[in-house]
Amino acid sequence: MATDRVSMIVFSGEMDKLLPVGILASGAVAMGHEVRIFLTFWGLMAFKKDAFFHMPVSPSFSGMVGDLGAMLKERKIPGVVDQLRTAKELGDVEVVACGMTMDLFGLKLADLEDVVDRVAGVGEFIETAKEGHTTLFI
Amino acid sequence: MDVAPIRIDARGSFCPGPMMELIRAVKAADVGQVVVVLSTDSGSKKDIPMWAQKAGHEFLGVDTHGDYDEISVRKSH
Repeated sequence: MATDRVSMIVFSGEMDKLLPVGILASGAVAMGHEVRIFLTFWGLMAFKKDAFFHMPVSPSFSGMVGDLGAMLKERKIPGVVDQLRTAKELGDVEVVACGMTMDLFGLKLADLEDVVDRVAGVGEFIETAKEGHTTLFI
Repeated sequence: MDVAPIRIDARGSFCPGPMMELIRAVKAADVGQVVVVLSTDSGSKKDIPMWAQKAGHEFLGVDTHGDYDEISVRKSH
């Protein structure tokens, strides 16, 4: 039987695609679901310290919003890192970094935002996601 | 004895900000206490009743005042 768990594989590094990661995680913990996030490739690069507000916007939409980072700050909309920090205060959220990406880009856990809990392999994450009701690739 | 409700002004905060602030306040409150969140976000008045039902707290209702809502929950356990 499926557990109340939402799993997300976050591959994308665009700011507009990362915001829903924080929002979905917040909604999920509010409703009492566990959240498991696997950060890989550009999704992991966006979790280097202070990187989020410097990430690009999806090219198809970049003309529509201008400077999305500035807009978020002006309207006091938290970035994905702060959203995940709040979600972790209120519920069971684990954020793991893809070991392969860490090795490829020469990253250490200390290079990443403190909401990232640890480094993990893809096999473990797949087994974790198998138990949940929803797995998203973002 | 009636205890004054806890009021949180989350106006200007976007979905799911007001709900997250409410949940945080309910967690910190005493059982029986009413928590009211002020919200300008249209998602919260739909999300908060659902959260209250799931979390087992009493949803007291939404009062709309012009451009914002006051959404009230009583902590039940």
